[in-house]
Amino acid sequence: MTKASIEARGDLRLTRLTKTYGDFTAVDDLSLTIPKGSFFALLGPSGCGKTTTLRMIAGLEEPTAGSIHLGETDITTTKPYQRPINTVFQNYALFPHLTIFENIAFGLRRRGQKDVKEAVDKVLNLVELPHLAQRKPTQLSGGQQQRIALARAIVNRPALLLLDEPLGALDLKLRRQMQIELKWIQKEVGLTFVHVTHDQEEAMTMADTIAVMNEGQIEQMGSPADLYDNPETAYVANFLGQSNLIKGTISGNDGDSLVVDLYGQKISLPKSRSHAIDNSTYAGIRPEKFRISLLETPVRGNVLSGGRIEDVSYIGVSTQYQVEMPWGQELMVFEQNDDGVAPFKKGDAVNISWEPAFTFALRGDEDVTAGSQIEPEVQDEE
Amino acid sequence: MGKNRTPYLLLLPGFAFLFTFFILPIINLAQTSTQTKIAGGDTGQYEQTLHFRNYIDAFVANKEQFGRSFLYAIISTLLALAISYPLAYAIAFKAGKYKNLLLVLVVAPFFTSFLLRTIAWKQILGEEGFVVPTLRSLGIISQSTTLTSTSFAVVMGMTYNFLPFMTLPLFASIDRIDPRTLEASGDLYANGYTTFRKVTLPLSMPGVVAGTLLTFIPAAGDYVNASILGDPTTKMIGNVIESRFFKIVDYPTAAALSFTLMAAILILVTLYIRKAGTEELV
Repeated sequence: MTKASIEARGDLRLTRLTKTYGDFTAVDDLSLTIPKGSFFALLGPSGCGKTTTLRMIAGLEEPTAGSIHLGETDITTTKPYQRPINTVFQNYALFPHLTIFENIAFGLRRRGQKDVKEAVDKVLNLVELPHLAQRKPTQLSGGQQQRIALARAIVNRPALLLLDEPLGALDLKLRRQMQIELKWIQKEVGLTFVHVTHDQEEAMTMADTIAVMNEGQIEQMGSPADLYDNPETAYVANFLGQSNLIKGTISGNDGDSLVVDLYGQKISLPKSRSHAIDNSTYAGIRPEKFRISLLETPVRGNVLSGGRIEDVSYIGVSTQYQVEMPWGQELMVFEQNDDGVAPFKKGDAVNISWEPAFTFALRGDEDVTAGSQIEPEVQDEE
Repeated sequence: MGKNRTPYLLLLPGFAFLFTFFILPIINLAQTSTQTKIAGGDTGQYEQTLHFRNYIDAFVANKEQFGRSFLYAIISTLLALAISYPLAYAIAFKAGKYKNLLLVLVVAPFFTSFLLRTIAWKQILGEEGFVVPTLRSLGIISQSTTLTSTSFAVVMGMTYNFLPFMTLPLFASIDRIDPRTLEASGDLYANGYTTFRKVTLPLSMPGVVAGTLLTFIPAAGDYVNASILGDPTTKMIGNVIESRFFKIVDYPTAAALSFTLMAAILILVTLYIRKAGTEELV
């Protein structure tokens, strides 16, 4: 029985998974399939249920309802130590009384594996820290501890590797470097990685597939490019990057395109990118997709006229403009500084234009602030 | 200049106290231990003759009580450990919001005097207490068996009295363990028992060492439990020293026994710490 579950392999399937704590529903009827070999990210703010989901997969929390399958094996109630799943914990949770070597060897020894030394040496080389084998965890820097935590998990060749905000304790520069390394290691060892994070940039850098979670449910799932270019809800549009959402009415049909009336100005967008359910809609455009032009300059594509530059922030690689539109809304525009100068000044009267293909349309009854007011997560400390 | 002197000035009261109440008495005790009776003198009159044979004579005459002291101390230390470990573990990991309340309860006995509590045990275990009649009617002990004036009562009293000294350091040590390391152990294929053996116990070793020392050292020198709950056959070395000092007024033997006891405890403790290897622990 133990042997069967420990050797389970295949896709991870969560079926109608629910976890409640008293009146609070942390994970709400969540169903999800994570294909074998993929790098999957659960993305969302703190309290969205992503960590609870991860802990249920690890076996550290028991689901209130629903099931978890690994391949054909039901592991819903299997003890953590009988699951072929390993976790990289948020604060690494290295054993302070053991050397780095013994930390990494811990899982191998429990399973009575032969050639422990060889396996540990190999994984220490993979994370490029073979010289630290005889140190204690407290003698290592945060970045080194992070790699050891990863090594301790992957040395067991689990069917599934869970990463719980593994880079949260690192500084920004180290985090960027580790993101690239983690991705590389995942390719190298070919394991399924399930990564929980609140950092959208981190999720987009590393994952093949991202599931954006909100209040215990999956808001939208797809590749990073899908989610960014074609968000289905205001929550996703705001949580992954920034969006300009403009209230409008769908006024017509033109082949593969929809015509949308935004405060009297007509624009078009591909039908495939509309998630509206009736005529009322929010047209969404990412700030970097906009182009600003002076009134006399001819433009192509969708145009909104009557704008006035309200604010200019030069931030090196780009310049960010706030443009006030005739209906009072301020739109955000990011212009690359290709030519090195900020060409528009505060108070300039301008038109805004963009490619129709970059437009998406949300339901008209959405809360346009959803997902945008979320504060950056502070490190969980109990 | 003045700034550098401050730490020493702050240490001064402590040094003065230790000098007056520890160093001086120890020197005095050492001098006493090699004295002999003044020929023709009154009871309690001794002179310094550097008579080191006092040590050998005193030890040989009280071998049995020495052995009993260490045996009782070891048994009650082990019992206290067996009771305290699950208790400290539960307070640290399972008590939740009741953690502080339970800690107060562990310390609560200290609000009453050590002597009074030991006398209370004499009542509880006595013929009129509820324990003996209950055990007799259940047939667990025979009708003629008593519990007071037995080695059982002495060891039990010592275990009870020194329990907080075991529980508190154990709690401090277990409470410092990051519960995520225990989760990590489970995640790395260790079941509950293996996790305890490989992670929890090694990480709580500083508490085990501190707790056993804090229990064993006073227990080995204790005489209150043996005199209140025991009888002449349960005499410990503390009882001998007490009666030599206060009843027989044989100061040199009492002093020599005190030094022998200190030396024995010191040697045992040193060996124990070496073996437990606490310096390796975080």
